[in-house]
Amino acid sequence: MSAASIIERLAAHLGLEEGSFESDVEAKDPWVRVPGDKLVAAAEFLKADPELDFDTLHCVSGVDWPGDDPPAIEVVYHLTSLSRKHWIVLKTRVPRAGGSLPTLETVWKAANWHEREAYDLFGVRFEGHSDHRRILLPADWPGHPLLRDWEWPETWHKIPVKPGRQMTERAEGGQMTGVGPFD
Amino acid sequence: MITRFRQIEMRLMGPLTMIPIVLLLVILGTIAALPVVATILSELVADFVPPPLQHLTIVALGTAGFVGILALNPIYSIWLERKVAAHVQDRLGPMRVGWHGLLQSFADGVKLMFKEDLVPRDADRVLFGAAPMLAVASAFAAFAIVPWGVREDGTVLAVANLNIGVLYFIAITSLGALSVLMAGWGSNNKYALYGGMRAAAQMVSYEIPTAILVLVVVAQVGSLSIPDIVNAQAGGILGVGDWLIFQLFPLNLIAFVLFFICGLAETNRTPFDIPEAESELVAGFHTEYSGMRFAFFFLAEYGNMLLVSMLAALLFLGGWIGPFGSNPLLFFVKGFGLVVVQMWLRWTLPRLRVDQLMGICWKYVIPISFFLLVVTTVIKGLL
Amino acid sequence: MAEQRSPVDGAPLVTLYDEELPPDNSYAFSSEELEEDEMILNMGPQHPSTHGVLRVELKTDGEIVKDARPHIGYLHRNFEKHAENIDYQGVIPFTDRMDYVGSMGNSLAYALTVEKLLGIGVGERVAGIRVITAELQRIASHLLAMGTYGMDIGAFTPFLLCFQQRERILDLFEWLCGARLLYNYNWVGGVSHDLPEGWTDKCRRFLDEFVPVLDEVDTLLSHNKIFIRRTADIGIITPDMAKDYALSGPNLRGSGIDWDLRRDDPYLGYENYDFNVVVATSPHGPVGSCWDRYFVRVREMYESVKIVRQALDRLPAEGDVHENVPRFVRPLAGEAYCRSEAPRGELAFYIVAENKKPIPYRVKGRSPCFVAMGLFHEITRGEMIADIIAIIGSLDIVLGEIDR
Repeated sequence: MSAASIIERLAAHLGLEEGSFESDVEAKDPWVRVPGDKLVAAAEFLKADPELDFDTLHCVSGVDWPGDDPPAIEVVYHLTSLSRKHWIVLKTRVPRAGGSLPTLETVWKAANWHEREAYDLFGVRFEGHSDHRRILLPADWPGHPLLRDWEWPETWHKIPVKPGRQMTERAEGGQMTGVGPFD
Repeated sequence: MITRFRQIEMRLMGPLTMIPIVLLLVILGTIAALPVVATILSELVADFVPPPLQHLTIVALGTAGFVGILALNPIYSIWLERKVAAHVQDRLGPMRVGWHGLLQSFADGVKLMFKEDLVPRDADRVLFGAAPMLAVASAFAAFAIVPWGVREDGTVLAVANLNIGVLYFIAITSLGALSVLMAGWGSNNKYALYGGMRAAAQMVSYEIPTAILVLVVVAQVGSLSIPDIVNAQAGGILGVGDWLIFQLFPLNLIAFVLFFICGLAETNRTPFDIPEAESELVAGFHTEYSGMRFAFFFLAEYGNMLLVSMLAALLFLGGWIGPFGSNPLLFFVKGFGLVVVQMWLRWTLPRLRVDQLMGICWKYVIPISFFLLVVTTVIKGLL
Repeated sequence: MAEQRSPVDGAPLVTLYDEELPPDNSYAFSSEELEEDEMILNMGPQHPSTHGVLRVELKTDGEIVKDARPHIGYLHRNFEKHAENIDYQGVIPFTDRMDYVGSMGNSLAYALTVEKLLGIGVGERVAGIRVITAELQRIASHLLAMGTYGMDIGAFTPFLLCFQQRERILDLFEWLCGARLLYNYNWVGGVSHDLPEGWTDKCRRFLDEFVPVLDEVDTLLSHNKIFIRRTADIGIITPDMAKDYALSGPNLRGSGIDWDLRRDDPYLGYENYDFNVVVATSPHGPVGSCWDRYFVRVREMYESVKIVRQALDRLPAEGDVHENVPRFVRPLAGEAYCRSEAPRGELAFYIVAENKKPIPYRVKGRSPCFVAMGLFHEITRGEMIADIIAIIGSLDIVLGEIDR
């Protein structure tokens, strides 16, 4: 099924008016953005509908947009249907400060670890998550490092953790780091 | 500089390499000439030692020689094991230290002796220290009843020629399970504890079929004394035909295979090496051991391998009896042949799981061995 | 306070380091909730068969595992944060270090994503070379999986036989790009080096000699009775569970689901090659067992050999491998998500680009091992300790990719 008809079907089910939600079928990966309160309904429909049959949650990524108005973290769900061989990207926005999303663990169990990772690295809270702990970083690590304005701590339990000048300063000065095919 | 060093090393290593080869030749020569050596020794003792001490001296000399050979056994066995493994795996194995790596095990032994002897802080020091000693003691003590041959006058060449030899063997090998359990408990390490518990369950289970299979032999021969069992296998075609394994075909063949399997299980060798399963329990009951204590477990393991192989050779393969008359060297070759089979199996097969191991013992090996015991006894009675 | 002797203040391995360790609230089980016969066994991070630095917390009752919780993150470097500070091409060496035994697949996935973002393609020769290297890498990676799996079950010999062959692939790669493990070979729009003269002949010779060895190891291990009894009825992943947890690659096909990106969403012209998608047939037990996953990998190696042979045959003789390499990578604002069939499953990168910036705004790697580890606690419940090892091995995880 084409991306346009997937999005149309989803919007019809959720009762979203044409133009009241953002979507892009022309993009490299067609996506649709749903509000946070309709996320679970959208996910359940995408999985349960026999025509759509999105049986697999491929990936959950966070993207931090501190410059937007209002500042938000975008959570991106990449969905795959193994039986129908089609793909769609589901996006939703959560306010940067104190926002939370419902967990999709109840729909696809794969969401469990992905959401833990998003919480660990972006600080996005997932309501109703069964095991809401950090996953990659130590439990008392300061902050959520993939936020754009995250500051390196100097030390962590007296262990110096801040990287040396080379990398950060060169990057801040707009200088390339000198790795890769073209220096 | 490196070439220079290499040259010096070569010059040093050349003569040193001869040591293990000469030792090996001396051991083999002694074994081959054991009846003669024993005669000469007893004559010498008769000439130079006052009569009240003669018996004691002979026993002491015999024991010393025997323990010496046993202490050298792991050194050659480990070398052999590494060579067997290497050739199974399409590589060369130790080649650098000495001729084809013969000195490698000596070097490893020296290294182990100088290693720090660590005892974990929370370990039970008494059990921790006693376990390796008990392991070695039980492995070596069982060798006391292993006869190596007979002299022409009928004297048996053994440290102790007990008339209940097989019972002694069964009793002493049970101590091995105790040592492993002590090591596992005393280390205060969960992996070691798992290893110890597994080993205890395994060894105790497999002792039952071992004992029954020994009884199968005893029932046919009518004696608990090992020399008698061997002598009953003399004669036949080429000196081979009357080996117990060929009698009552195929009952004794099955008994031999089962006995060998039980031997593998009792010595914790693959596919029954679950007490020290490296990929699961790190090193099992000897996880916390280092240095000489660790080496002691190795000593015991290779001692047990040889013991089980020699027992199988004595009970089923005619011991020192063969096509070229009776010779201790023949017995030695049979024993080590079975050791090589054990190694070959180890480097070919994967490992069983603990419940499967127990299942094999209780569901197959024990019933079959009971069946063998009954059938052989009945047949023997009818004949 | 004790005197600090370390040149680095507060290095935790210094004996005199006197600060309390961080409060370890990372335990999943507490000793209060244990029942009488239960015990917590901490497997890893240093353990011979956790394939790196995985730590698994086991709640055991004797030999039975009541519950198992994996703890990851010991290799976490957050390459995604690094990637926000370096240019697009500079990320490639970082991706190599994700799945460090399948580097070709990683850099290929990243390069494909950036190419998708830029809207450029690659020439036929480059595509052919990429297919050859990717499939050789798949063979090397599966050989490692097969060998170490044998070792997990207790058979040591297949491990060395496999490594001998893997070594020959690494030799080929070394000749190709100078590195044996982390290649930095797939560039955006091309590859770093063209095939050296004589490489294809050597590659063909390797394939001819490799297949008999693979047959031998296959007979030695795969159909061994003990091996089958150890693996064929444990760690069952049902097809529904596999989909629910978004497994991919050999793990998914091991559950009997016929899905391979090389056929179902082809890239690099995979649709032109003649190969079969290997799906578990499970002759020895329920579908989705450890043996099935293992055997899918073994069969896949034969298919990879077929693909490499075809790719070598139809590789164009001429062609500049740097032809399409862009001088500057400055994509328009947008995002791209591109998946590819790496040795361990579907490796995907998600890249968000700002308009005409040389530095990516966000790079996210979707690693198949991370996903596979997510269902670990489901399939280990009620198994025995020895089975835990067999299950970890059958999922074929690489911690560098899980922790990123």
